[in-house]
Amino acid sequence: MTLTRWQRPNGFGLAPWHRSLSPQDGLSRLLQTFAGAFDSPLETGFETPFPVGGVPAVDMHDGKDALTVRAELPGMKKEDIDISLEGGVLTLSGERKGGCECESGGASHCERWVGRFQRSISLPYQVDTKTIKAAYTDGVLTVTLAKAEEAKAKKIKVQFN
Amino acid sequence: MNTVVNNLEKAAPAQPAAVECEREYIRPAVNIYETPEGYLLEAELPGVSKDGVSVQLEGNQLTVEGRRSAPAAPETEMFYQESTAGNFRRVFEVDPAIEAAKISARMEQGILTLTLPKAAAAKPRKIAVA
Repeated sequence: MTLTRWQRPNGFGLAPWHRSLSPQDGLSRLLQTFAGAFDSPLETGFETPFPVGGVPAVDMHDGKDALTVRAELPGMKKEDIDISLEGGVLTLSGERKGGCECESGGASHCERWVGRFQRSISLPYQVDTKTIKAAYTDGVLTVTLAKAEEAKAKKIKVQFN
Repeated sequence: MNTVVNNLEKAAPAQPAAVECEREYIRPAVNIYETPEGYLLEAELPGVSKDGVSVQLEGNQLTVEGRRSAPAAPETEMFYQESTAGNFRRVFEVDPAIEAAKISARMEQGILTLTLPKAAAAKPRKIAVA
């Protein structure tokens, strides 16, 4: 199975290069105006990173010996997160529980998203399936996948006769 | 919602261009409930630890801030990034009936829960008809 890189629809999961833009830059200004268009005209910040439709923001870092996948999943329980790896595809899934409770008829205002989510990411190289580690702290899931021996860079000596 | 915690974002005062970048905050998603005792506010601050949270009440203006520590080791290469780097900030205009001294905050797995109790005088009372 091949996976094509999926683009998050909300446009606010900014690619790293956006960060280098100066605030005076046209694009940066446009993004801010765009973000503001949906809410109060006094808005100064970017929209929340957790998108509409409940797809968590995922980052992927390549270290020397390991690949790190980081997903923002605030307010979950460890037991409600499922991680699986099959054929070079890492799948993160789970359910965000809770929701908007209007106790005793009081008013409420809800923006937090709840429900099931699933995210599959194809890994860029082979990983050691026996040493996968996952940690969940401060609402961020971090999966560390060690590079398989075959995927590590090797130095090849050239022999001269 | 009548006198509930309003989501009014206050315009930041004009600042010189040099500090412009500092104002690029992420606006956290929140749930706000009204209870007979007061209000409950839940804000999503993924990646923020207990020490990174600051809650400030000034007059009727409640400011929630969440600072994140740098996540990635410097020698790593980014394959892709969807999360928005930066800190969280959101300003709310709150009900004047809230008793400032009794506000309590709790941080659990990236969710900040603020309990904002109303002053006793503002709580609903049942008046018996004689």
